[in-house]
Amino acid sequence: MPELRYVDALTKAHHEEMARDERVVVLGEDVGRKGGVFGVTMGLYEKFGEERVIDSPLAESSIAGVAIGMAANGLLPIAEFQFADFIHPAFNQIVSEAARMRYRSNGGYGCPVVFRAPYGGSHGTALYHSQSIEALYAHVPGMKVVTPSTPYDVKGLLKSAVRDPDPVLFLEHKRMYRLVRGEVPEEDYTVPIGPAVVRREGTDLSVFAFGWMLHEALQAAEVVAREGISVEVVDLRTLKPLDKETILKSVAKTNRALIIYEDNRFVGFGAEIAAIIAEEAFDSLDAPVMRLAGPDVPGIPFSKPLEEWFFINQEKIAQAMRRLAAY
Amino acid sequence: MHKTKAVTATRHAALGLSDQDLLDMYYYIALARTLDDRMWVLQRAGKAMFVISGPGHEGCQVGAMWPMDKKNDWLVPFYRSVAACLVKGMTPKDILLGLFARAVDPSSGGRQMPGHYGHPGVKILSTSSPVGTQYPHAVGIAYAAKLRKTGEVTMVAIGEGGTSQGDWHEALNWAGIYKLPVIFVVENNFYAISVPLHKQVAGESVAARAAGYGFPGVVADGSDVLECYRVAKEAYDRARRGEGPTLIEYRVERLGSHSSDDQQERYRPKEEIEAARRRDPLMTFRAYLESVGLMDEPRGQALTARIKREIDEATDSADAEPLPDPSTAERHVYATQHDPTYYRADDQIPGPHPMHPWLPGPDGRR
Repeated sequence: MPELRYVDALTKAHHEEMARDERVVVLGEDVGRKGGVFGVTMGLYEKFGEERVIDSPLAESSIAGVAIGMAANGLLPIAEFQFADFIHPAFNQIVSEAARMRYRSNGGYGCPVVFRAPYGGSHGTALYHSQSIEALYAHVPGMKVVTPSTPYDVKGLLKSAVRDPDPVLFLEHKRMYRLVRGEVPEEDYTVPIGPAVVRREGTDLSVFAFGWMLHEALQAAEVVAREGISVEVVDLRTLKPLDKETILKSVAKTNRALIIYEDNRFVGFGAEIAAIIAEEAFDSLDAPVMRLAGPDVPGIPFSKPLEEWFFINQEKIAQAMRRLAAY
Repeated sequence: MHKTKAVTATRHAALGLSDQDLLDMYYYIALARTLDDRMWVLQRAGKAMFVISGPGHEGCQVGAMWPMDKKNDWLVPFYRSVAACLVKGMTPKDILLGLFARAVDPSSGGRQMPGHYGHPGVKILSTSSPVGTQYPHAVGIAYAAKLRKTGEVTMVAIGEGGTSQGDWHEALNWAGIYKLPVIFVVENNFYAISVPLHKQVAGESVAARAAGYGFPGVVADGSDVLECYRVAKEAYDRARRGEGPTLIEYRVERLGSHSSDDQQERYRPKEEIEAARRRDPLMTFRAYLESVGLMDEPRGQALTARIKREIDEATDSADAEPLPDPSTAERHVYATQHDPTYYRADDQIPGPHPMHPWLPGPDGRR
């Protein structure tokens, strides 16, 4: 099985879905000739033409709004937002329109659109190229939110998202594009939207993470394992619909929960996981539920020392693991 | 750009409209007005929570819709599109089911406020309350039509207040760039609730903005139904020839308040409201019909009686329908059957909707 980078697995998924189903179209800024600023849509324009691989005007609200209209008239659009930070002008279209279309029409219209957005901090990405937006959209009934963290999953989940009859926000942590590699089958396969997966078995505490945080957590788990702390690491993969069962099963096993997310801590997605554990696994807990999340400042500051201060890295995670294990 | 009101017997014939066309157009204008009046009466009588409708807009809507291929083309309406929705194929009962928030309301099953029209069976897209969002949707529908070579033309409507929105600009920009088969209608009634036109539009007109998008923009007098038809016909012909979009600004009068929660007497001078009534398309179009011998007192009375009967029947029939059952309130958040927030391995996408055969098939797609 070939080993691919995360970005290449995602590109392959686009190629295969566009070849499989002529209803699939891609639209967004620079997705055509350039192949996207991160190269995700590379080669699509040459293969499928400018009518199906659409270099949109620089206007995010209409990227979402036009995609919604396309979906109402028989297409299956994949709308790329260049950075998750720039999706905010489309908030109204995604929240008021895409997410509510099925409910408000009493099932009369659906909205099979994939909204893709690179999110999260990398080096030098600062306030407006680094935001985490998952909580804003996971809050909205009608939306599905996925955050694949491996090349295998990103290919399989994109295919599921394209084939899903409802709007899916597809979040790709930009640090994974070229850093994360993994085996990806050549053939057509899907990874279902929903189920989480245990990436590392452990007995002392459970970590719940997604995206790039999963990789930092796996490395930290390796470090503390040498100190005798056995960490179970759960990759949430899909934030909505949420796999509550896998979360509760893991907490029942380890009796300790650490939730890691890069978004600002306050009202972040991890708060929901913490609430579920507190409400439904209280009797299993040997320690308070712990969150490790981004500081509550308006973004990742640019200058190197400020950026380092913000980042949730394996050292900070290992420290949190030690604290929780010792409680 | 007021056309002279001096009509000749050949004016509608010159536009390719038959006498029967004219009688049918007048029927829809009168039907929409009678339905509109009924909705306000029902609201005042406590039978409906809220009304928002389009008295004064009916002439331009019927004129705009008349060249449409009602089976194949799309309508993306707004809350004043009562007449447009009737021409497209919704019945007065369909509209009243929404007013009464009944379970079988085809727009939303009683989930949305009245005036939020939608009907997949007759290709009217579902609409929301934030103003302007429907414009990019129409562009997306038109893009799909062009890509799939379906020949569909999409008409989308909004008020002049909505043209201040960013989505309005973004939609016209897209449509111009991709030369899409879409007709942008702006029903300019000079007021966005209480805010007058000069606080929405600084240029000479909304239509003048079209130049910046690379396609024609025209202004037509909404009290002149034949002129409304003429400019729409040109727009449809352009769209069908693959020449792209047209922006049409209809200058209409808002004969009532913005909605049942508004009192226009508080911000509009009395004389202005009086003057608006003289440009009522129901009246001006009837005058044209009389001038060409298609309408007189007996025929008018017969039509009024017929329409009243239809609206009475629709009212009773809609009123008799049951309200939605709270046990259905969680349906249609997603296509899947179960609790949408948490993952369930046994969740299924159901087959076609029992009530609406046009709804998703077994694979969940339309």
